[in-house]
Amino acid sequence: MPLLSLRNISRSFGSTRAVVDVSLDVNQGEFFGLLGPSGCGKTTTLRMIAGLERPDTGSIFFQDADITHLPPERRGFGMVFQNYALFPHLNVFENVAFGLRARHNDKAEMADRVGGALELVQLPGYGKRGVHELSGGQQQRVAIARAIAIEPVLLLFDEPLSNLDVSLREETRSELRELVTRLGLTAVYVTHDQEEAFALCDRISVMVGGRLMQTGRPRELYEQPSEISVASFLGRNNLIKAMRLSSSKTTSGEFKTLEGGHTLRLTVKHEELAPLNKPVFLAIRPEHVQLSTNDHDAENSLRGHIREIVFAGATSTVRVDANGLVIEALVLRTNGLEVNRECSVILSPEHLTVLKN
Amino acid sequence: MKTDLLKRKIRLHPRRSVALFLVTAIVLLYGVIYPNLSVLITSFQRAGNWTLANYREVLSQQFTIEAIVSSVGLSAGTVLLCALVGLPLAFLFERFTFPGRRLFAALAALPLVLPPLVGTVAFIFLCGESGILANGIQHLFGLQNPPWRLRGWPALLLFHTYTMYPFFYVLTGAGLRRIDASLAEAARSLGASRSIVLRRVVLPQLTPSLVAAALLTFMTSMASFSAPLLFGGDVRVLTLEIFRARQRGDFVMAITETVILALISLAALIVFQRYEGTRRFAAAAMKGAPRRREIIASGGARVLAMIAGVVFALVLVLPVATLFLVSFAQEGSWTTQTLPSAYTFANYRRLFGDPYAAEVFFNSFSMSAIAALAALLWSFCVVTLLRRRESTRAFAGESWRRLLSLLVLVPWALPGTVVAVSVAEAYGKPGSLLGSFVLVGTFWILPVVYFLRFMPLVVRALQASMEQVDPTLEEAAGSLGARPWQRFVRVTLPLVWPGAVAGTVLAFVIALGEYVASVLVFVPANRPISIAIASELRDFNLGTAAAYGVVLIIIISISMVVAGRLERLRG
Repeated sequence: MPLLSLRNISRSFGSTRAVVDVSLDVNQGEFFGLLGPSGCGKTTTLRMIAGLERPDTGSIFFQDADITHLPPERRGFGMVFQNYALFPHLNVFENVAFGLRARHNDKAEMADRVGGALELVQLPGYGKRGVHELSGGQQQRVAIARAIAIEPVLLLFDEPLSNLDVSLREETRSELRELVTRLGLTAVYVTHDQEEAFALCDRISVMVGGRLMQTGRPRELYEQPSEISVASFLGRNNLIKAMRLSSSKTTSGEFKTLEGGHTLRLTVKHEELAPLNKPVFLAIRPEHVQLSTNDHDAENSLRGHIREIVFAGATSTVRVDANGLVIEALVLRTNGLEVNRECSVILSPEHLTVLKN
Repeated sequence: MKTDLLKRKIRLHPRRSVALFLVTAIVLLYGVIYPNLSVLITSFQRAGNWTLANYREVLSQQFTIEAIVSSVGLSAGTVLLCALVGLPLAFLFERFTFPGRRLFAALAALPLVLPPLVGTVAFIFLCGESGILANGIQHLFGLQNPPWRLRGWPALLLFHTYTMYPFFYVLTGAGLRRIDASLAEAARSLGASRSIVLRRVVLPQLTPSLVAAALLTFMTSMASFSAPLLFGGDVRVLTLEIFRARQRGDFVMAITETVILALISLAALIVFQRYEGTRRFAAAAMKGAPRRREIIASGGARVLAMIAGVVFALVLVLPVATLFLVSFAQEGSWTTQTLPSAYTFANYRRLFGDPYAAEVFFNSFSMSAIAALAALLWSFCVVTLLRRRESTRAFAGESWRRLLSLLVLVPWALPGTVVAVSVAEAYGKPGSLLGSFVLVGTFWILPVVYFLRFMPLVVRALQASMEQVDPTLEEAAGSLGARPWQRFVRVTLPLVWPGAVAGTVLAFVIALGEYVASVLVFVPANRPISIAIASELRDFNLGTAAAYGVVLIIIISISMVVAGRLERLRG
């Protein structure tokens, strides 16, 4: 039984359809990610889980109880806001104690729990400080302490790291994951940063344009995106427009690219999905594209010449024009590669994916 | 147990919102909709029949047309003169720095704290034909007659400019501070000269402030009553005509003229809101550079700026200083002399010893306090309704919200004369809304009128405070388990009370010196300070009248300082 279930949730603001027919399950103890570009509806979805926003249609279940219309204060979910939403008129202690006071907790127990929460986020002894005296990273920790102090049954994060600078973000990220695991909490984490989502989450739902596109483990999403939007949102991807040629039911299919007119062979399970004589998209990650300066007889080897080489430190991006089809390759070394030089582009069949339209 | 709790379905907007909605609706119905409608209806009725006869009659009289033209003309002239004084001052104080700048800049807003009646009285003492200035010049040059008479158009325009230019000064000053200096720098780097920058970059951005100032000045001038009453001479203005018509007992004429005055004021407001709606100057969200004031370096210019500052400060302070002086004058000691010949504390002793004076102070204080506190409570209802998404979705959408803000604003846009006349008309006889209770003639008429006139100030102040509160704070409180009332008491209230109290204090002190509406509906049981001042003036007890004014100014100044402190607390 999933801990949290969203069933066909939709929400519109005026004529904008922010969330369209979203269904998902979050399991006990899971670190679940909602990933997508800004404006994709992920925050609205999170706010509906928190009870801050009500769905127009659809239901939300928690432990099989319908909580769709339950006000936020009765859900017992902790939430960490993007801007932290620390109460400016209260000090650190009172901020963390806020939820406990709302529950009329015993004084001594409250002090214990606030102290414990502050210790967990490595801010022991900060209770008397005003929230304005804290750095961004410390404010962030207070926000987390405040959310975990109420011993939430579910922890919600709305891009909590986006206001931190890069080095602090990575450090906080691993601490956060460690904390959630140690406390045995279940978390729903909203972010637009795929690296962050991949590093943190057990499972991720990718949302684009208010719709949930694909749910899966990070590696699954990265290597086997099923939708164009997922493929292009998660890292760089070569999208090749092509048409299926053969109708044979073998494990390999033949596709003809619309640009360049190359013939590509695939050994992919999605192959059945591709209808005949209708353009579909094939995807291959730049890091899976091989380049060779020798004449190459490998499968799916296309001749082209190098258009551009962009140096980016550890790696370089090479753009090759194969008779009008431009392919991007990510290489570690550019030995022997030069702009305008001829080379072979190898798109190995096992890395080519057919995308749903 | 937890699941048990979770299984109960709760709707997000229970009785509380209904109560808020009811309170708001009832106050608006009784205070705004019904009185204004009754005035409107009465103006179209005669002997129970619908007719235009009242308007035909009123508008066929030469002096009504004259009053309309004079009111509008006086207001337009006032706007022009106030802009001519206020704009350069705002530029001077915002763009340059010179010795004494801070002091002068603070003084420049001084006329804003003067209640109109007190200002008028001070002006008469200073500039009237037997006032200090005219008398001094007459004595100095041995003239037969006073060099001028404080009467008619020039007197009104002068007084209006003195009391209302701060609208331009304050609003343009604020506008100038908001302008991102990097825009001017960008224009300069693109080759624009100083004058082009002023014309094409600075002024267009100032337009909203200028329009706001012009509107405020226009409406204040339309509502002006004390000055036309005391030294308007032959100039007929609408507020005065309404007052005189009521005194003659010609209620139909008073009401018809009231509708005309209300329409002109509302038209000005609508023009202004149209303008605001069409030309939105989104404050650039980019990180901007505040402009630094230029230091006037050249010695000559420095001296000149200083002298200008001192002269300006004197002009501002003299009327108030005169009032202070006269408040110590022995009654009857100031007749043909330039300055009063004998000084005494007797006036103040009278103020604090006389039971009549004590009663007057008690009346004003209690009525203003009742009105201001009621306005504070009510503003929480209104602002909560305006702000809460759930509740407005439950009862009404965006258009209702707009109607609500409009109805709240109406009493602010209407001259005090109109508010008083409409309340008097609606509740002057047993009616459908109050049954046999007649409000007119009781103590409560003035608290009600004060409440209606000044509650928009409190609503505005609270709204401004609320807008500064990050809405995620309440959401965070909700997610931490705080119920709606806990959220309000523990998060919203601590963050908004300074602004709300500042607005309430402001409403309180303005009500303390209120005259325009009071003079129309006061009764012996609720005689306020302003009425006492006017009656002392009529009896030539100049010193006592001045002493009342001084006490008012002191109370107002202290309250303004307190309100200012509170405002800053908010930040």
